[in-house]
Amino acid sequence: MIFDAFFFSALVAGIGIALAAGPLGCFVVWRRMAYFGDATAHAAILGVALALAFDSAVSVGVIVSATGMALAVFLLTGRGLAVDTLLGVAAHSALAFGVLALVLTGERGINLEAYLFGDILNVSMQDIGLIWAGAMLIGGLLVWRWSSLLTATVSDDLARAEGIQPARERLILMLAVALLVAMSIEVVGALLVTALLVIPAATARSLARTPEGMAKLSAILAVTATSLGLIAAFALDVPAGPAIVATSATGFAITTLMGAFKRTHLG
Amino acid sequence: MPGVSNAMSLITAQNLTIRLEGRTILHDVDFTINESEIVTVVGPNGSGKSTFMRALVGALTPARGTVTRRAGLRIGYVPQTLHIDQTLPLTVSRFLSLPTRRNGREINAALTETGLPPEIAVQQVSALSGGQFQRVLLARALLGDPHLLVLDEPTKGLDQPGVAAFYLLVEEVRRRLGCAVLMVSHDLHVVMSASDRVICINGHICCEGAPVVVSKAPEYRAMFGQGTRGALALYQHDHDHSHGAGP
Repeated sequence: MIFDAFFFSALVAGIGIALAAGPLGCFVVWRRMAYFGDATAHAAILGVALALAFDSAVSVGVIVSATGMALAVFLLTGRGLAVDTLLGVAAHSALAFGVLALVLTGERGINLEAYLFGDILNVSMQDIGLIWAGAMLIGGLLVWRWSSLLTATVSDDLARAEGIQPARERLILMLAVALLVAMSIEVVGALLVTALLVIPAATARSLARTPEGMAKLSAILAVTATSLGLIAAFALDVPAGPAIVATSATGFAITTLMGAFKRTHLG
Repeated sequence: MPGVSNAMSLITAQNLTIRLEGRTILHDVDFTINESEIVTVVGPNGSGKSTFMRALVGALTPARGTVTRRAGLRIGYVPQTLHIDQTLPLTVSRFLSLPTRRNGREINAALTETGLPPEIAVQQVSALSGGQFQRVLLARALLGDPHLLVLDEPTKGLDQPGVAAFYLLVEEVRRRLGCAVLMVSHDLHVVMSASDRVICINGHICCEGAPVVVSKAPEYRAMFGQGTRGALALYQHDHDHSHGAGP
């Protein structure tokens, strides 16, 4: 029963997401963008509501609102409010308005839980196409701009002296996160999508010696956690998002404990 | 001499005015740095020293005036000490390859040049001491084979012997490679002993010229620490506030 068409669709979609989320998540960890990930994810809920209200495709509504949030945060950063305050206002406002809009538009068929926690039964062939296109776009962007992104992450000043514009690199990363969030929301859900970015990268940190090593390891860990999580979700008939994130978190706990054990017993 | 471009000049600024967020940080600055020259910029906090440096290397666009860099000028930049986030795994050799990839031979040469053992290449940047990290930053700047080294308060956070050792190294590197050096420094005794020219900035160039050198003896230079008289001389220089950049 496990190996039916739904499962394979979800698996192919999940692996596409994980391959992009792993390396991109490293930048989210290095640059402390986790809260920004939440803000775009919450904006995506608003996007779902808007798409239903205007009778357009959910994927369009989600990508427009997530990108809009990214641009808004980019433009408002550094204008008085601390970044975490700004994100706190933006993220929770978007979620509140999004949930209200979903309920008030009165779409009887809409299952709010599916967008908050993910629902793999939602994944269509078209979704798989969009997810893989998005994943390849993010992957290509990271490979193409890797050196500039990394230099700007290490130091704005150092980057500027090399002719790199740190603000442009920051914007590229914010848009990439918005795109990843938009394409993952159906599988993982808005409330947990940031975990898919942060946990594999955080797990890879203790095992890696270079940024490239951490990015590759993070991709492997994300794919493993997504695959195991989806198997669990199907076997136990639970939502996919929590199953994937719980698997990922278990991996994080195990490597952290192993690291602590090594430090105390081997030096 | 200031503001007049010649064949020796690496960077020339004329009537340079910089505004940031509506505030004028620097105005009407004329400045030239020549080949092999060591120029030090001093001034109180918030006086526009870093802005001046950033404008010269091209990271800021002037509101008025011009900055002319010699065609093909290579600049090696050493920032104030960097904070590398703990979440970023980064070996010394990887750091030296940012953003341009360097091979092992180049990396070894740069480490040797700055008095670091080659084994340090495989160490994590976060495991280095402050003094070692400043040397790594200098090594990174040297990898581009610069005509001009730009150092923005490169010894922030180092103790006195560390500061002295670092500037001794800068002078040594300058002698060996023949590059010019432009630095911001609070270490007045270093300024007095090691610079060809000192620029005092406070929104504009207050005064500039050869530092009052108590003694030109190499022994004096090596010792650095006896710069108190020099520093006092510089303060007096500062207080008489002659607007040296004027006509």
